Amino acid sequence: MFSNFDFGVIASSFVYLFREGMTFTMTVTIFATIIGTILGTLLAIMRLSGIWIVSKIAELYVNLIRSLPLVLIIFWFYFLVPYVGQWITGSPRPVQVGAVASTLLTFTLFEAAYFAEIMRAGIQSIPKGQKAAGQALGLNSTQVMIYITLPQAFRNMLPVLLTQTIILFQDTSLVYVLSITDFLGAASKVAHRDGRLVEMYLFAALIYFLISLAASVYVRQLQRRYTIAR
Amino acid sequence: MNYNWNWSAFLDATPEGNGTYLDTLIQGGVLTLWTALISFALAFVLGSIIGILRTLPGRRIGAFSVAYVELFRNIPLLMQMFLWYFVLPEALPADIGRWIKGLPDGSFYTAVICLGFYTSSRMAEQVRAGILALPPGQKAAGLALGLSRAQTYRYVLLPMAYRMILPPLTSEFLNNTKNTSVALTIGLLEITARARAMQEFSFQVFEAFAAATVFYLAINMISVQVMHIVERRLVVPGSMAGGK
Repeated sequence: MFSNFDFGVIASSFVYLFREGMTFTMTVTIFATIIGTILGTLLAIMRLSGIWIVSKIAELYVNLIRSLPLVLIIFWFYFLVPYVGQWITGSPRPVQVGAVASTLLTFTLFEAAYFAEIMRAGIQSIPKGQKAAGQALGLNSTQVMIYITLPQAFRNMLPVLLTQTIILFQDTSLVYVLSITDFLGAASKVAHRDGRLVEMYLFAALIYFLISLAASVYVRQLQRRYTIAR
Repeated sequence: MNYNWNWSAFLDATPEGNGTYLDTLIQGGVLTLWTALISFALAFVLGSIIGILRTLPGRRIGAFSVAYVELFRNIPLLMQMFLWYFVLPEALPADIGRWIKGLPDGSFYTAVICLGFYTSSRMAEQVRAGILALPPGQKAAGLALGLSRAQTYRYVLLPMAYRMILPPLTSEFLNNTKNTSVALTIGLLEITARARAMQEFSFQVFEAFAAATVFYLAINMISVQVMHIVERRLVVPGSMAGGK
């Protein structure tokens, strides 16, 4: 079965896998987490705002994105972004932004919908008395949101946000459908070039597994610490 | 945007000679549904077994079920697809491996098994949560009535636990349905793959993806409605949800 398992191909492609592949995977993960959390928080605030049209728009966006598979959304953005770019810049031709920029945008906007739901739960978990207390101190509603509600919502939701980031880290592998060299893409390229699918895919799976497992163990510890603190 | 909309492109014949684009999209939709339903049934059975195991005493059973869940949860789905599709036939004895590779609908079976196992790890967590959410008195009462542990699970714990986890099960079903699209990477011609093919051949990008989008939205809405009816039917009179 694995009698001719070739560790050499892993060793020789190791640097390529991590320098090219994992760097891209991590870039997308970190970028989409940071910007996605910010956008998600804005969406959550929009959704909880009393203004009907604003909250409807946010609700529609979040529900639409969450109803569709990521693969389909990746395709949508990949083809849609050039047209939107053309519309914004007013150029005569669709603007070519490239697969990488398109990927960053896709994952950010996709994750924003998921982070929005998490932040909405976080904001709603803050007792009403907190808001009332803030207002009684003379803060306006923006200040209450920034100084009182959001810091606590973030703190409460941190484990859930990080769990979502681990899911995002795994989901980035789907950029494979655009033939981008992320970690899995790099492993796949070497696998097909050298005819070493078993070695490369098992190794890639192991790396994904170890990173995700380590991260989720860390999140669980964090959760325990925070539960005691409350 | 100067994009040439052409909704009648759906009725054009494909260059592959397998009917109109609409025909291929419908075939894709049917395949998505079958893949989703069968894999979910598999996930339900496997997930229930693992979920129940996680609530049983005993170190070894506990370690096994935790390892199962962690294994399938911490590897990306696409990676798992590749492991089942490319690596497993190589890892088996040569004859069996060749037989698997020669199967006519290999990508379909692979997708069903892969999704079944992947979703089962999430399902197991839900089943476990459902059982653990029941008051411990329920189990004690079952055992005190002289039921065996298996009977206590069968007649007391599981009927309540499954009802409690119906809403999360609905979202697992929808996630599983969305995840069938990942199988296009191993050549399953489900709806997203069909839309992609239509985009490639006809250049009507947005019509093709709009069709797939409408399909997923419809599945979403129908599933949610069906589960509402199921939930209402299954309510235990006098339980918390029964009051609504």
